[in-house]
Amino acid sequence: MRELRIHGRGGQGSVTAAELIAVAAFEGGVFSQAFPAFGVERRGAPVQAFVRFNNQRVRLRSQVYEPDYIIVQDSTLIKDVNVFAGVKAGGIAIVNTADKNADFAVPEGVKLILIDATSIALKAIGLPITNTTLMGAFAAASGEIQFTALENALKHRFPGELATKNIAAAKIAYDSIKGAA
Amino acid sequence: MMEITEGSHAVAEAVRLSRPQVVSAYPITPQTHIVEALADFVANGTLDAEYLTVDSELSALSACVGASAAGSRTYSATTSQGLMLMAEVVFNAAGMRLPIVMSIANRALGAPLSIWNDMQDSIAMRDSGWLQFYAEDNQEATDLHFLAYKVAEDATIQLPAFVCFDGFILSHTYEPIDMLTQEQVDQYLPAYNPAEKLDAKDPMSFGMYATPDYYMEFRYEMDEAQKRAKDVIAKYGKEFGTLFGRDYSALVEGYQLADAETAIIAMGSICGTVKDAIDEMRAAGKKVGLLKIRVFRPFPYEEIKKALAHVQRIAVLDKNISLGAKGGATAIEVRDAMYGSTIPVKGYVLGLGGRDIRKKDIKEIVSLCENGAGDQFYGLRKELI
Repeated sequence: MRELRIHGRGGQGSVTAAELIAVAAFEGGVFSQAFPAFGVERRGAPVQAFVRFNNQRVRLRSQVYEPDYIIVQDSTLIKDVNVFAGVKAGGIAIVNTADKNADFAVPEGVKLILIDATSIALKAIGLPITNTTLMGAFAAASGEIQFTALENALKHRFPGELATKNIAAAKIAYDSIKGAA
Repeated sequence: MMEITEGSHAVAEAVRLSRPQVVSAYPITPQTHIVEALADFVANGTLDAEYLTVDSELSALSACVGASAAGSRTYSATTSQGLMLMAEVVFNAAGMRLPIVMSIANRALGAPLSIWNDMQDSIAMRDSGWLQFYAEDNQEATDLHFLAYKVAEDATIQLPAFVCFDGFILSHTYEPIDMLTQEQVDQYLPAYNPAEKLDAKDPMSFGMYATPDYYMEFRYEMDEAQKRAKDVIAKYGKEFGTLFGRDYSALVEGYQLADAETAIIAMGSICGTVKDAIDEMRAAGKKVGLLKIRVFRPFPYEEIKKALAHVQRIAVLDKNISLGAKGGATAIEVRDAMYGSTIPVKGYVLGLGGRDIRKKDIKEIVSLCENGAGDQFYGLRKELI
């Protein structure tokens, strides 16, 4: 079983990202499970959401403490929240930042991927909502979900043009990670 | 067909497929997504029901009582403070023998205010006469609604039923569900056709007062119906299994219990975490098993005693506390079930108000139980006491 933890702020769509990643994984034949860290639903407050990927039904109901992957939607969280806590060696941390040279203290053996998701989202969607961009980055970096499945999940969730724009944002991130690999 | 969806939406879909004629509910976290979805179904014409928007939970269940007495299949959903506000009607619905089905997205009770999960709300209603089913995952949460209607409406039972599933932990979780089709549900659950109902052409009364010469017999009949429900659950649970492959005939369900030295007893979503912990403990050579309680009312006394006759010790997990008594409600009942046996029963009150329970906690509880320690709160923050 692999586990993903998403860190964001209320309003950034972390819960939606977890749900759509789980939907895309399910399309790929994976038994996935997505759920939020249940807290106060306050805009701007630190929030978490989780996804588990397994080859059979996920029974475990606790939160995710030792993730294989993390996504950080907002690098300003790093000074307040220990987002890297428990990430497994061999794991991947995807952080949204405009600073190409940012050097976050990830645990040993964890691959740090920096992506300027805010700029990508502003360009493709016209809003600084980074969840779908980071889903594209996650698909490319982790291999847990196919891009076509992600595309289907986005089409199912968002109407017409909004889906097209979000898919475009996800694709830019997906291609940039694939290109860098 | 397998699909992936949120627990609340899966429950709403199960309710839609059960063809309720009257839905009356008041939104409250973490149940709200269920009734939002049902309101959508009625608005978009996929559910042919009267959807009543009411001013409170008290009104929500009161409307169900009236509609059920008039012969309708009725549904409501609530949790926590909402259930407490309904309390008077909860007891009346059972006393009037009305087979209302209500989902409880289990949540802690105030004060202090908590929106998070435990089972204090439905457990507080244990003496009300309602049947109480508890789901381990969202597949059970969906399926148990069909079973609940079938059992509640059986002419020999005629009692309302709670289908309890953990608030947030299940209600807000996306996971794969094998959802039945309308044809399948129709095959299993026929239309509700009560022998007695409010009818202007054949007037009768429900819930009238009873003098001391009559009252006790009403309570006796309800208690007898609870006892009969065991066989009826077994019958319809088996039928569900024959038709759809998931057998719910047993009120309790064992996991790795055959050669277990330590048996854990639990209800609800925590059972999944317990099973994963058991697999790890077994890999390390510890003989631990689980007895999951799926039906809390009627309580499976004989089933528990039979299933655990061979174990050396029992650890009962309770996400509720009967304040001033000996721990949580399940532990108290299990001690009664095991009365006369020399097998020690230890209770652990845990996870109250949403405190997260991990595999390592289950392992620690097993260690405590092996050392004879128990009948305690587990996971207290000592610095706060």
